[in-house]
Amino acid sequence: MTELLIITLFLPLLGALLLLFFNKSNVSALKNFSLGISLLSFIGTIILLLNFNTASPDFQFYINIPWIPQIDAGFRIGLDGISILLVALTTFLTPIMILSSFSAIEKREKEYYFFVLLLEFAMIGVFIALDLILFYVFWELILIPMYFIIGIWGGKDKFYATVKFFIFTVVGSLFMLAAIVWVGVYVGSNVLNLASGFTVNYLAIYDALQASPIPMDIQKWIFIAFALAFCIKVPLFPLHTWLPDAHTEAPTPGSVILAGVLLKMGTYGLIRFNLDLFPQASVYYSSVIGILAVIGIIYGAILAMVQTDIKRLVAYSSVSHMGFIVLGIFSVTSMGLQGAVIQMVNHGLSTGMLFLCVGMLYERRHTREISEFGGIAKVMPVFTVFFSLAMLASVGLPGLNGFVGEYLTLIGSFTSPIYNSWAYTIISTTGVIFAAVYLLWMFQRVMYGQNTNPANHNLKDLNKREIGMLVPIVILILWIGLYPNSFLKVSEASTNKTVQNVMMHKSTNNYSIQLNK
Amino acid sequence: MFELVKLVPLLPLIGFLIIGLFGSKIKNEKIIGSLGSLTVLSSFFILCYLLVKFLGSETSGPVLIPVYDWINVGNLNIGFSYQVDQLSLLFGLIITGVGSLIHIYSMGYMHGDKSYFRFFAYLNLFIFMMLNLVLADNFVLTFLGWEGVGLCSYLLIGFWYDKKFDGVRITWTGDAANKAFIVNRIGDFGFLVGMFLVFITFGSLSYTEVNSMAAGGYIGYYNTSIMTAISLVFFLGCTGKSAQLPLAVWLPDAMAGPTPVSALIHAATMVTAGIFLIARNSVIFALAPTTMTIILVVGIITAFTAASVGLVQNDFKKVLAYSTVSQLGFMFAALGAGAFTAGVFHVMTHAFFKGLLFLGAGSVIHAMSDEQNIKLMGGLKKYMPKTYFTFLIATLAIAGIPFFSGFFSKDEILYSVFVNNGILPWAILAISALFTAFYMFRLLYLVFHGEERFNHSKFHPHESPSTMTIPLIILAVLSAIGGFLGVPEALGSWISEHPNILHNYLAPIFSNANKVLTTHNDIVHHSHLFEIVLMIVSVCIALIGIYFARKFYYLDKDWKTPRKLVSSSPGIYKMLLNKYKIDEFYFTFIVDPIVLASRNFFWKVLDIKIIDGIINGTANTTAIFAQSLKKLQTGIVQNYAVLMALGIVIILGAFILF
Repeated sequence: MTELLIITLFLPLLGALLLLFFNKSNVSALKNFSLGISLLSFIGTIILLLNFNTASPDFQFYINIPWIPQIDAGFRIGLDGISILLVALTTFLTPIMILSSFSAIEKREKEYYFFVLLLEFAMIGVFIALDLILFYVFWELILIPMYFIIGIWGGKDKFYATVKFFIFTVVGSLFMLAAIVWVGVYVGSNVLNLASGFTVNYLAIYDALQASPIPMDIQKWIFIAFALAFCIKVPLFPLHTWLPDAHTEAPTPGSVILAGVLLKMGTYGLIRFNLDLFPQASVYYSSVIGILAVIGIIYGAILAMVQTDIKRLVAYSSVSHMGFIVLGIFSVTSMGLQGAVIQMVNHGLSTGMLFLCVGMLYERRHTREISEFGGIAKVMPVFTVFFSLAMLASVGLPGLNGFVGEYLTLIGSFTSPIYNSWAYTIISTTGVIFAAVYLLWMFQRVMYGQNTNPANHNLKDLNKREIGMLVPIVILILWIGLYPNSFLKVSEASTNKTVQNVMMHKSTNNYSIQLNK
Repeated sequence: MFELVKLVPLLPLIGFLIIGLFGSKIKNEKIIGSLGSLTVLSSFFILCYLLVKFLGSETSGPVLIPVYDWINVGNLNIGFSYQVDQLSLLFGLIITGVGSLIHIYSMGYMHGDKSYFRFFAYLNLFIFMMLNLVLADNFVLTFLGWEGVGLCSYLLIGFWYDKKFDGVRITWTGDAANKAFIVNRIGDFGFLVGMFLVFITFGSLSYTEVNSMAAGGYIGYYNTSIMTAISLVFFLGCTGKSAQLPLAVWLPDAMAGPTPVSALIHAATMVTAGIFLIARNSVIFALAPTTMTIILVVGIITAFTAASVGLVQNDFKKVLAYSTVSQLGFMFAALGAGAFTAGVFHVMTHAFFKGLLFLGAGSVIHAMSDEQNIKLMGGLKKYMPKTYFTFLIATLAIAGIPFFSGFFSKDEILYSVFVNNGILPWAILAISALFTAFYMFRLLYLVFHGEERFNHSKFHPHESPSTMTIPLIILAVLSAIGGFLGVPEALGSWISEHPNILHNYLAPIFSNANKVLTTHNDIVHHSHLFEIVLMIVSVCIALIGIYFARKFYYLDKDWKTPRKLVSSSPGIYKMLLNKYKIDEFYFTFIVDPIVLASRNFFWKVLDIKIIDGIINGTANTTAIFAQSLKKLQTGIVQNYAVLMALGIVIILGAFILF
């Protein structure tokens, strides 16, 4: 099975390289080939999921191949219950993204599909890397295809948006790199006394820090360095301003993958590195991050409320929704963390679907201004059904996926001994009111009323390809909404392990500081 | 045996799926309508069977039927599972009984509509959700139903989405739908927080566990403040769904939907969900006396306010909508007074007569080609006798004329409020009852009696088809005799010792709450004679209302007295006509400030100028700094040599000096 994980990871890279030998004028071959590769990757993930032992909290399909022995860097990959769900989300959304590109991308297709497959490779890599340097490489590798996807195939302010996106992320990851080096030296020389004096082996570091955590005064700084990189990616208020610009300028498939997968790298990192490696600092900073998450939930929602561009509206709604995930993570309860993990998947599905729907409107009208629309329901009845489902999933209607995640993160933070205050949850819960406000207002103005704008009189309803890319998402939206246990079960053991780890260290805070003096 | 309860929500769900997915292909109205009606009717018969079995069984306690595990995380275990007991069966029967009648009625009413199949799909989905709401054995499943019915309400209010609708800041029916959903979401916020509080207090979200913990042996164990907090936030949820002040504003605008929807969702079933929720958790509420008082006060104020607004409205459905808000206020007043059975009793009778009134209104509006202004009707009695006669029965029932159904339930409420809370709350409710009798008979006279004020060349009123009149007749029978399920002791002691069937039936549900209440309050026992005197007083009140309506609008063709009243006190009239300007108040003081602050401060200043400004500023400063440093790189060797020499001098100087 380990081989299968390697194949699933490298298949998109291989595909990207093979794509270089294609004739660039043979567009349909390019499209079908990329779609085929991404589907194969998805099938690989399904097989991995079926062979995944949900009872075990440990990393499975683990492999460790030496890479740069001087710094003990290795090609170390593996899956636990959290990462396998995110890999599944990635390989599920990529074929859909490629399908949506068929109509959204109309120039330089060869380069485009090359970048898409490269992006998929890097995204899978981020979620399965168990080596800090390898993780960092994948993390930075993402930027290259994303930079070009927005920069070449984006809207009219694409230059500003790409540079902003790039600089934000790079600034964050520089701090992370410094922190990685510090942790590598600390664990390599001080704890494990390795010959190299340095290690970036995640599992070795995890075990080493169990016994001898980083002294609290330094751990705080290391925590911040990692958290900064991840919180920019999430994005957490007030580090969010790159997101609306990036979304507005990105082509539809770019937005889908950006909202669907890239933002989850941030929340994934917060669990994998901040919670797991720096539990004491996590407890210490939980209230600060929790408060920022709460602000983000409300702030994103009220800003979404006053947007005139549908895409920007959905972008701000992401800020709000991602706030719930961060709130759940730093509640450090099994409910909060389970809710956060399922909400990562949910947000990928429902926001991804919203962006797809907005894209379908955009392709027909070449505008995303709400005021340009009205009465679309009459001419596009099939589209109305899908768009309303995406909207309701986003609103958090019980029976659809969004509710399960929101409910769990809220009840987790309510019962959290770390937050130890009801205020976080009660304020965040008002977010459900605002979510209804901004989405329903938009939906009313776009879809209902009379179709008075002549440009909208003859819009074509969805074609088979468009329905084909929405139906799988709808199935998952209903599945998670009605039977979330099949997904919750996958991540249960891993999230429990994380919670127990933090809780154990919470009580040994003072002890650890003394030990390291 | 009770496993059959799984079929009860399942059948309407299947109906929804078939009609929703294939309705546009089936096209045949008869097939779609019959399928939709039959699924609900079958559920009704299954519930009847279950009721018989339940009453025949030894146990009086709830039977729990798990369907499957829904959400399991840590010690949070939420099942998709149903609870069969007296309360859920009663509500289930009302929902499917009245529901199937309204489905059948809709086959006639919606005939020829281009989205016929969509209508029946939504209706079936609504029944499914409503059944989940009342059959659930835990808060979260009820919440699924609670939100689900809200969704259906939203979809059905905006059913004719390209139709205009008049209201405060409302131009399309979709705006009214949005308003309903959003106002309800404020209530849902309360429901959510309530669930969190219940979970943190009891460690469970199952009704049976929570209520037995709250009651059994634990009385006094949980402190009153947490009970008050839990019950208050849940009550906030109830004010949303059941249209009580301060969240009552959505219901009158919900009349934008097709009339059968108003009958089913916005009168007979969904809006009573709040009463259900309180009845389901009666122990928790009984343990929080402060909340009980608040519920009573809110109920009474709502009953009075809405009834007073109803006095002057001229839109057929608006009158009925305010009447519904007012009647729901009566139900909450009953709950607040601790008379849980009376509240549930009124839910039932109200479902009959208000459902009937709306269906009657639909029949008239149908006949009048969508005209809804009652000032432009009149004399319709002779054109549509069946509609008239059934409407009359419902009007007598809601006015509280003996021995129609509303008489029994309303009198029980009035009596309980008097006994438990004194004369003032009773008096306000009694005046509301007077208003009710007045506006209902005003409606009756203006629509069915007097001159024919409509344009004869434009309107050709006619009796509705039998798919519509048969449900009217069945509901009329129920409105007439349904009250005999709750005959008070004072009137029925000659039949048996405990003549109140509903009381006996619901006793196990409320026994714990009643135990709590009796330990808290000293019950004053009044004689039967006193109860009968009160009854006579309230009948007189109803008759006075009817007398004035008759005098103002029936005997006097020119409506001189009401006109004089309007011109003599235009202020009061305007205030009532404009519904106390509550909507305007909310927009001016809540909605607009939030939107303006979001747009003009949070977005355009904080987000763009400050946060982005700082970041872009940092980037620009770096760029400017780099620009000026760039000038040092001139590429001329002489310059570099001068700089180097200068540097050496400075460094040497520094060494020498320090």
